[in-house]
Amino acid sequence: MSILSTQNLTIGYSKKGKTDVVQSDLNLELRAGELVCLIGPNGSGKSTLLRTLVGLQKSLSGKTAIDGKNIAGISQHEKALLISLVLTDRVDVENATVKDIVSFGRHPYSNWWGNSTEEDDKQASEALEMVHIQKKANHYLNELSDGERQRVMIAKALAQDTPIIMLDEPTAHLDLPNRVEIMLLLHKLAHKTQKAILLSTHELDLALQAADRIWLMGTDAGVECGVPEDMVFNGSFNRTFESRSYFFNAANGNFSMNYPMTGKVSVSGNKTRLYWTLRALARAGFEVVENADVRILVTENGWQIDNKTISSVEELLLDLTQLVMIDTTPGI
Amino acid sequence: MKSRHVIIFLSLSFLTLGLFLADLAWGSIPVSVREIFSVFFGKGADAINSEILLNFRLPKAITAILAGSSLSVAGLMMQTLFRNPLADPFILGVSSGASLGVAIVMMAATLLPVAFISSGWALIVAAIIGASIVLLLVVGVSFKVNNAVTLLIVGIMFGSIAGSLVSVLQNFSNPDAIKLFVMWTFGSLSAVTWNYMQVLLPVVLIGIGMAFFLQKRLDGLLLGENYARGLGISIQQTRFLIVIASGLLAGGITAFTGPIAFVGVAIPHIARGLFRTSSHKILLPATVLCGASLLLICDIITQIPTYTLPINTVSALFGAPIIIWIILKRK
Repeated sequence: MSILSTQNLTIGYSKKGKTDVVQSDLNLELRAGELVCLIGPNGSGKSTLLRTLVGLQKSLSGKTAIDGKNIAGISQHEKALLISLVLTDRVDVENATVKDIVSFGRHPYSNWWGNSTEEDDKQASEALEMVHIQKKANHYLNELSDGERQRVMIAKALAQDTPIIMLDEPTAHLDLPNRVEIMLLLHKLAHKTQKAILLSTHELDLALQAADRIWLMGTDAGVECGVPEDMVFNGSFNRTFESRSYFFNAANGNFSMNYPMTGKVSVSGNKTRLYWTLRALARAGFEVVENADVRILVTENGWQIDNKTISSVEELLLDLTQLVMIDTTPGI
Repeated sequence: MKSRHVIIFLSLSFLTLGLFLADLAWGSIPVSVREIFSVFFGKGADAINSEILLNFRLPKAITAILAGSSLSVAGLMMQTLFRNPLADPFILGVSSGASLGVAIVMMAATLLPVAFISSGWALIVAAIIGASIVLLLVVGVSFKVNNAVTLLIVGIMFGSIAGSLVSVLQNFSNPDAIKLFVMWTFGSLSAVTWNYMQVLLPVVLIGIGMAFFLQKRLDGLLLGENYARGLGISIQQTRFLIVIASGLLAGGITAFTGPIAFVGVAIPHIARGLFRTSSHKILLPATVLCGASLLLICDIITQIPTYTLPINTVSALFGAPIIIWIILKRK
C-alpha cells in the first residue's frame, strides 16, 4: 500500500530569482512495511530530496502527497503526526536523560503544558525497548556513545508513532558493527511495525542487504527505483557510479578498483587462496587471462611458477615483476 | 516532578522569602523583623520606620525580585533559542538597544511633552522599543546565518552601533541630561516608585506569562530547529514570541533599573546545575527563584558600605566568575 507518493516533483534551490534544479520530474512511491534506502553519489541531492519530502524545504514544482493529502496544505502539527525524523543535526542537550529525549517524540500528542499521559509513557518505553536501549533510560545523553545516541534518536522517532520515518544518513559517523546493527534494526522495525522507513546512506553494500527497495539517485539522471537484486542485474549501479577508477562488482555487491593492467598471467588452483591471489594480482597490475606465458599454480600452502615453489605473496609479486618485466619491456 | 525537585523548590522559596525580609531589614537604618511585621500587619508602628519600609525598601525589594527573575527568564529563553550557553539578551545587544532608547528620551527631552516623560511610560516604551529593535535585527540575521557564534558577533556589533549612537547623543546633550543618563547606566533598584511599579509589574507579568506559555516549545527547541519542526512546532512564530517576551522582560527592567549585567547569562546555568534537568517546566520557575534570590543578595551587599554601591557593579562581581566557571567546565 502506497503511503507517500510524489508527482512530477522537482527539487532544488531558489535564491534571488535564480533556480538551481537538483532533480526534476520525480515520481516516487513509498509503501508501508518497507525499508527504502536512498543511494547516490555526493551532490546527487539525497538530503535535498529528504528535506523536500518532509517539508523542511519547498519543492520547485510538483507535489508530494501523504495518504492522498498534499503536504503543502497540511499544518506543521498534522505533519508531525505523519512523519518523524532522524537528522544529521547533532543533538546536545545539557542535563537531558535518554528518556527525556525519547519523550520529545510525544510532543505532538500532548497538550500545551506538555503533561505526559500513561499512553505517552508506554509508547516511550516501548520505543526504548525496540532499539534495545532501555537499560540506559535514565542515563544522561552526553554519557552515550555515538551509536547509542543514534538509537536514542530512532527511539524518539518511534515514540512519535507516525506511519513514516525518514532518516538522513543514520549510519554516518558509526563504526562497522553499529552500522550493521542500525540497518538491521531499521529493517526489522519496518516489517514488524508496518511503518514506511526511508533513509539515505552511502553504505551501498549494507543497503543492498537490508533494503526492501532502493531509490538510486544519479547526478541529473533522475531516480531509479527497484528491488536491490533487480538493480544489480540491470546494471543500474554501474551507470550511476560510472568512473574510470572503480566499477560496481556484481559478483559481490561491492565497488572494486580499476587498476591499470601492465602484465598478463594465468592462474589456476586452490579455491580459497585463489580469491586472495587474484586480489593481490589485480592490485599489482596483472591481468588474469586464459593462456599467458606466465602460469601460476595456487597450491595448498604456496604458489608454483615453472615448478619453482613460492611461499608468500610478497615473494610471488616480486618474482612476477621480474618475469613479466622481461616479457613486456620490448613492447613498451 | 521528582521529590528532589520539590525539596530544592521549597528551600529556594524559603531562601527567597528570607532574603526578601533581610533586604527589608538591612540598610543605613536597621529595622527589626518584628517592626517589619508590625508595619505590615499590626498597628502602633513607628511612623519613620513605616515610611522607610513602605515607600522605599518595599518597592526596592520587589524591584529586585522582578529584575532578577525577568533577566534570568529572558536569559534562559535566549540560551535555548540560540542553543548557546553564553547567549543572553545583554550579550546580544538588548541592553545597548534599551540604552539607546533611554538616551534618546532623556537627552532629547526638550523635544517631547513633559507629561509624557514624567509619567514613566516614555522611558519604558523607549527602552522596550530599543531592546526589541535590536533583538528583531538579531533574529532577522539568525534566519540567514545558522552559526551561533556568527550570530553572537552580529549581536555584539549591533550593540556597539547602538552604543556609539548613544555617545553621539551625549556629545550634543547638556551636562544635566548626561549626568542623569550616566546615573541610569550604573543601575539602581530604588528608582522604581509605586507609580512606576504600576507600569513595570504588568510588563514583567506578561513577559513571564509568555515564557510559561512557551515552555513546551522551548523544550522542543532544545533538539534544534529542524527537529523542532519535525515535532510540529512552528519555528517562525515561536522565535517571534520568544523575542517579544525577552524584549518585554529585559527592556522593561532595563528601562527602570539601568542595565544589570550577567544575571541573565549566569542564573539559568545555576538553575540547570541545581535541578539537573533540561525541562523548561522546571527550569522557568527555578530561574525565577534563583534570579530573585541573587538580586536580593546583590541589593543587600550594596547596602553594606556607607555609600550605596551601584547594583551593576555588584552583579558583575557575582556574575563574571560564574561565566568563567561555565567556560572552564564546558571544555
